[in-house]
Amino acid sequence: MTYLTKPKFQHPDLPKNALGYTHRDYEGKISTLCAGCGHDSITAAVVEACYELSIEPHRVAKISGIGCSSKTPDYFLGNSHGFNSVHGRMPSVLTGANLANRDLIYLGVSGDGDSASIGLGQFAHCIRRGVNMLYMVENNGVYGLTKGQFSATADRGSKSKRGAVNSDNAIDLAALALQLGASFVARSFSGDKTQLVPLIKAALEHKGAAFIDCISPCVAFNNHAGSTRSFDYVREHNEAVNHLDFITGREEIKVDYEPGSVELVKQHDGSTLALRKLAKDYNVNNRLAAMSYLLERNAAGEVVTGLLYVDPESDDMHAGMNTVAQPLNSLSDKDLCPGSSALDKINAALR
Amino acid sequence: MKNTDVFAPNYFHKVVDCQWACPAHTPVPEYIRLIAAGRYSDAYMVNWKSNVFPGILGRTCDRPCEPACRRVRVEEEPVAICRLKRVAADYKDDIRDRLPPPATTKNGKRVALIGGGPASLTVARGLAPLGYTCVVFDQDPKAGGMMRTQIPKFRLPDSVIDEETNYVLNLGIEFRGGQRIDSLKVLLAEDWDAIFVGTGAPRGRDLDLPGRQEAAKNIHIGIDWLSSVSFGHITKIGKRVIVLGGGNTAMDCCRSSRRIGGEEVKVIVRSGFEEMKASPWEKEDAMHEGIPILNFMVPKEFTHENGKLTGVVFEKVKAEYDDKGRRNLVPSGEPDEHVPCDDVLVAVGQENSFPWIERDAGIAFDKWGMPKVDPNTMASSNPRVFFGGDSAFGPKNIIWAVAHGHEAAVSIDKMLNGEDINDRPIPAVDLMSQKMGIHEWSYDNEIALDLRYKVPHREKAIALKDIKAEVELGFDPALALAEAGRCLNCDVQTVFSSSLCIECDACVDICPMDCITFTENGDEADLRQRLKAPANNLTQDLYVMNELKTGRVMVKDEDVCLHCGLCAERCPTGAWDMKKFLIEMTYAGPACRSKA
Ligand SMILES: Cc1cc2nc3c(=O)[nH]c(=O)nc-3n(C[C@H](O)[C@H](O)[C@H](O)COP(=O)(O)OP(=O)(O)OC[C@H]3O[C@@H](n4cnc5c(N)ncnc54)[C@H](O)[C@@H]3O)c2cc1C
Ligand SMILES: Cc1ncc(C[n+]2csc(CCOP(=O)(O)OP(=O)(O)O)c2C)c(N)n1
Ligand code: SF4
Ligand code: SF4
Ligand code: SF4
Ligand SMILES: [Mg+2]
Repeated sequence: MTYLTKPKFQHPDLPKNALGYTHRDYEGKISTLCAGCGHDSITAAVVEACYELSIEPHRVAKISGIGCSSKTPDYFLGNSHGFNSVHGRMPSVLTGANLANRDLIYLGVSGDGDSASIGLGQFAHCIRRGVNMLYMVENNGVYGLTKGQFSATADRGSKSKRGAVNSDNAIDLAALALQLGASFVARSFSGDKTQLVPLIKAALEHKGAAFIDCISPCVAFNNHAGSTRSFDYVREHNEAVNHLDFITGREEIKVDYEPGSVELVKQHDGSTLALRKLAKDYNVNNRLAAMSYLLERNAAGEVVTGLLYVDPESDDMHAGMNTVAQPLNSLSDKDLCPGSSALDKINAALR
Repeated sequence: MKNTDVFAPNYFHKVVDCQWACPAHTPVPEYIRLIAAGRYSDAYMVNWKSNVFPGILGRTCDRPCEPACRRVRVEEEPVAICRLKRVAADYKDDIRDRLPPPATTKNGKRVALIGGGPASLTVARGLAPLGYTCVVFDQDPKAGGMMRTQIPKFRLPDSVIDEETNYVLNLGIEFRGGQRIDSLKVLLAEDWDAIFVGTGAPRGRDLDLPGRQEAAKNIHIGIDWLSSVSFGHITKIGKRVIVLGGGNTAMDCCRSSRRIGGEEVKVIVRSGFEEMKASPWEKEDAMHEGIPILNFMVPKEFTHENGKLTGVVFEKVKAEYDDKGRRNLVPSGEPDEHVPCDDVLVAVGQENSFPWIERDAGIAFDKWGMPKVDPNTMASSNPRVFFGGDSAFGPKNIIWAVAHGHEAAVSIDKMLNGEDINDRPIPAVDLMSQKMGIHEWSYDNEIALDLRYKVPHREKAIALKDIKAEVELGFDPALALAEAGRCLNCDVQTVFSSSLCIECDACVDICPMDCITFTENGDEADLRQRLKAPANNLTQDLYVMNELKTGRVMVKDEDVCLHCGLCAERCPTGAWDMKKFLIEMTYAGPACRSKA
């Protein structure tokens, strides 16, 4: 970390997005995380993604739990809505907010401790309900904030900084999200922004529960030899299934890739994802195949990254619940409290 | 691209934009930090070593460093480098005991220096402490050259010139004032081991127009007039004055006129206002004193009545550009304009003239009448004779005269030690870490946007009454501290070690200027377009390092780096460090000679 705030100077030739903002306009406060923390790179990726999508900052709600990872929403999108909730409770706070106002873009930020231990139940229900959000876990295999205890995603057999070997089985949150019905599942690595930024963009635009398991080395407690979350280990074992060149909008796509090497996935909202295939025969629209591929490659010691699954026909929680489309805060008193005659009608219908 | 060699003497030197642009390579950020620390004497000595006349230059330098200043690229206005130099001179203690002592033993070599301006004085300062017998000849009674005779006292008081020329002359240098040299041949026949010609460019150009002879009494050559004013021979001028010309001399002429009787003083130039040779700040100062500058007017004729000047007739022109983009002044078609006046000052340029150098004295001249001088060694075609300052390549300025002087002193010292003067050692560079603690550096890296501070001026009504009253009052210590805080410490360099880098991107993410990129290697033109922010300023280098684990390269565009050190503070492994770049320029003395 640094004690200095980032100077207001900026590069004179910085490009601007459709709103006239540079990427600097999407920054937040100066990070207080350890120098070199993977979480800071994810922060930079979120900044870049929102800048590239020309998102209006006031349309974003960033919600988190507790942990180093959960502190990061303070470091990006300084002009957005934010709620730093309690440990493991980001999913319910986010679900509630989404129910009250579906017009915002929801970005849930959590850690592997926050989501795979204390918040595992919350994680599960939020995903299975199909809340329209990007749920991102900044996964370092440890409880960083409390000084590096193994988390529930730490691989069995991996070594702690002090040499202790983890004897518990690991939870694979991406596999779990697939099983729980997430309609967009990806895994990425904080050290590879060319992969991560397009995934975040696609996930933010996705309608439904989008989940990204982002491996993010903890330089203070989990970046040593014997760790399976270190920069070196992840770089050596990273097997990307595809590379997403995210293309938004409805225009005709003109790409001059080699035939067969690119897959175009049309989304529900009319936008299209262009995927450069890296693993032959990987089908990004097959949930079952994705799950078995993950388990199989995991057993072979690989860290599978990329867009693992996307459901082009996805929908969200509101569709099933038949809720009112307008944000609750824009409903009038009369709509919210229709009076005793309306109540009488309802009661009569239930008799 | 290949790895950058940060120990190549010019690599980081170029990053210190101001120091690189200074002809004498004054270590600017170093002295600015000393000023911020209140160490004025130390700041003065850093300057004295590089540029010999800090108090004079702090008031008058042409300041090529300022347009080069990085603040211009990242904000708008440069650091007031020049006026901070004056602060060091104004607030220093008595520094006389820090100057080199006169040589106790002489080395038996005798050097004659013709002209007592900044060029000759710099050569003598370099050589006298080494034991050379240095004798400076000047036709004027006191040393200083045009610094004393041309620059008006309201810009540069005599006391400052006396002080700084004396620091030099007191090194055991003999000054023979009032002694003009009329023959190089005579001098060559005397027992001088080397001769330095620092006689300047002493002739002002005239305008040979109709009426010039008839109205001669009220038409004056600018530089002759200025020196007469300086010596007190002229103390008055008519109420209405026209100054012809748009350079520094014109600005000094018009402002001087305003102080000795000129009430309606006008500067009239042929070209456009923007193309005038005078610096923007000089034009500003003149206009502030109520002197209009009229442009696109070409003088045609001096009008007169009964032998007295009555005015000047001007042809009105406009600028036209041909297909090659060259500018031509063509008549605008408007009628000629007669501007009435009592006196005209002609400030349309300066020339060299060497009536005292016989053409068979062994000095080769070119077809323009200029001596053939080697720009590196300052040697003429006569191995014992060297040139420098305005006499070498035509009129420039004080800091160039000083820079020439340093080089000539090195040449003379090498020659008289029997060495090849072309074989000059490259300057030694060193890099020194500035890290004091995790977030602690030996310099103030907390920088902010902050506009340039103005130097306080004497009240105009008072300044215009007394030609010797200095107009600029200089920064006080509080203003100096604020202005010094604008310096970006461009000499504290970002130095990268591939072997320590774990490619975590922390530096990339924190850098406020998007300077750093990790990417696939390529050639320079390609890399410049693939960086986080395009590197379009080709005058600024890319810093490239290979040997990263992923096979990529680290590329840093030096262009707009703030030297804030955030990259080094964020790096978990110390792969970035902030190191102070030190360069030891080569001066006369043992360091310039081959290791015998
Ligand atoms: C009006 C005016 C204003 C200027 N303002 C500035 C300014 O603000 N800042 C700046 O940097 N520069 C300024 N300059 C330019 C600057 O003064 C010169 O570039 C600089 O002084 C050149 O130094 P020098 O050592 O080459 O010669 P000079 O300073 O010209 O000194 C040459 C000396 O040699 C003497 N001399 C000449 N011939 C002989 C001889 N045969 N025998 C004996 N002595 C001789 C002359 O009398 C003179 O004293 C200005 C020039 C003018 C004309
Ligand atoms: C209810 C509750 N229990 C325990 C804690 C202590 N605690 C704080 S952060 C944390 C783990 C955070 O781990 P993770 O979510 O992986 O975040 P990281 O710091 O690794 O990014 C724990 C157990 C707490 N703050 N609140
Ligand atoms: S403890 Fe680990 S996770 Fe937390 S800030 Fe430091 S490096 Fe990042
Ligand atoms: S010192 Fe480092 S962080 Fe600061 S501007 Fe330069 S490269 Fe960027
Ligand atoms: S912060 Fe240090 S270790 Fe990380 S990428 Fe930059 S130089 Fe390399
Ligand atoms: Mg964690």
